[in-house]
Amino acid sequence: MLEINRVKKVFLKGTVNERTALDNVSLTLKEGEFVAVIGGNGSGKSTLLNCISGVHFPDSGSIKLDGEDISFLPEYKRSKFIGRVFQDPLKGTAFDMSIEENLAIAWYKGRSRNLKPGLTRKDIEVFREKLARLDLGLENRMKDKAGLLSGGQRQALTLLMAIMVRPKLLLLDEHTAALDPSTAKKVLQLTRSFVKEEKIATLMVTHNMKDALEMCSRIVMMHEGRIVLDASGEEKENLTVDKLIEKFEERSGQTLDNDRMLLA
Amino acid sequence: MGVFEQLATFIERIPGLLLDSGELGIIYAIMALGVFISFRTLNTPDLTVDGSFALGAAFSAVLAVNGHPVFGLIIAFLAGSAAGCITSLINVRMGINPLLASILVMLGLYSVNLRVMGKQPNIPINKPAETIYSLFKADSLAEYGELVLSIIILSAILISLYLFLKTRFGFVLRATGDNENMVRASGVNTDITKLIGLALANGLTALSGGMIAQFQRFSDVQMGTGMVVIGLSSVIIGEVVFGTRPLFRRLIAVVLGSVLYRFIISIAYEVGLEASDLKLVSAVIVGIALSAPKIGGGLAKLKSRFSTGEKAGEQDA
Repeated sequence: MLEINRVKKVFLKGTVNERTALDNVSLTLKEGEFVAVIGGNGSGKSTLLNCISGVHFPDSGSIKLDGEDISFLPEYKRSKFIGRVFQDPLKGTAFDMSIEENLAIAWYKGRSRNLKPGLTRKDIEVFREKLARLDLGLENRMKDKAGLLSGGQRQALTLLMAIMVRPKLLLLDEHTAALDPSTAKKVLQLTRSFVKEEKIATLMVTHNMKDALEMCSRIVMMHEGRIVLDASGEEKENLTVDKLIEKFEERSGQTLDNDRMLLA
Repeated sequence: MGVFEQLATFIERIPGLLLDSGELGIIYAIMALGVFISFRTLNTPDLTVDGSFALGAAFSAVLAVNGHPVFGLIIAFLAGSAAGCITSLINVRMGINPLLASILVMLGLYSVNLRVMGKQPNIPINKPAETIYSLFKADSLAEYGELVLSIIILSAILISLYLFLKTRFGFVLRATGDNENMVRASGVNTDITKLIGLALANGLTALSGGMIAQFQRFSDVQMGTGMVVIGLSSVIIGEVVFGTRPLFRRLIAVVLGSVLYRFIISIAYEVGLEASDLKLVSAVIVGIALSAPKIGGGLAKLKSRFSTGEKAGEQDA
């Protein structure tokens, strides 16, 4: 359903700081597949997600979603069928608006933003049910500003907003990296159950190899803008964190010195 | 004359001052609502306001002199909206920083306004030319006629603006200032929300300018100078004194902030400051209003330091 074909992205082209973020990356996702993208800092993981979501346009290559070429579709147009959760919890919600108003903005995704009421009584009932599933008690605080929520609560809310109107593709960019371990676990559990129930094809960038192995059906490892490992099925089932590190060192010719990845 | 007599005459004058500041404050409140949209809702420092206020006044005066006071206000609103659109397009399409884009439009509008006014720096709307206020004049309302008409217009705008901000489009407009990222991630083109937001903000500003021109039967090419500061101080005084939640209260607070601002200015006149000192007074008011949260926080800190200091002292003893 998602076909990335030889996508290349170079930043600061023609300067001394020129950096190839994506070097002819090709990747195909099947319906309902939950893929983890791992790799060190600067390996191109986030750039890959940003090219898919339209924050950046690729220099060459193409990106297709359900057969439609979206390589140069503006970000806001793609958002109608791509759900996103960012690393920074502040990025996912409007802090000065209430929880229910935030949900309403996500709820009318893909529909006309006209002069009909932005939030109806019926909407509020739907939101209450959906919020209850987060099990954070937010269904009783729907009039509170999103700015009053903790980072974890906000990420859970953003996740709900990203999948409320079922997207074709869900992009998670280290969405638990800024959270404390127990909150991160909670948000990951929510992620897992949502993705499973809704069967949404998902790309999750993470630094945490253990999470990646536990949750995902496929692991993609990136290094210097290239995909150096793509394991699914039996190959993925046999992987452990140690084996992943071993493979990383073998394929990148470098020792893994990223504390965040090792400690996780 | 003793201090007490002075005080007594001042207190006697307060109702008159309130009526004056009410009349002006209500009209300027429409401009302040525009500033509220750009500075608060869109989080954009928009200085186009200075130019669009005078633009509205210019159109309104010229058309009133030619016998079309109501039409003049409609044109004022549309012309202001167009100015807002231009600022937004310069910002979004040409990639110029929003503050600078608005300064460019403000600068350009000065020449445009002079053209509209037939290259005269000011236009009086002499009787017998009608204004909306002279048309509305009724004997039963006596001296309150102007105030009543302004309140009717303001109420209509306030209610429509409130309902507009509660629509699906209003929601994404409000979210654009909070978090553009999130709005785009919700499938909305933020270029459009910004464009419509600035058009509305400057439309209201120009309408306010048009009403002021007809109210005082006079339009001056300079009359927009410092409007941003006046609008912003109304917004901030409103927030500090009357609160920000829920949304309707917030909009009312802008209106009351505008009236309160006018009242402070008229007090400044009373204590002997002159019209030429007014800009300094405005700047000081805005400075104080803007620093209110910081000063408040500082006081709270000082207080807690004193109280913990006392406790520490007790423990030592």
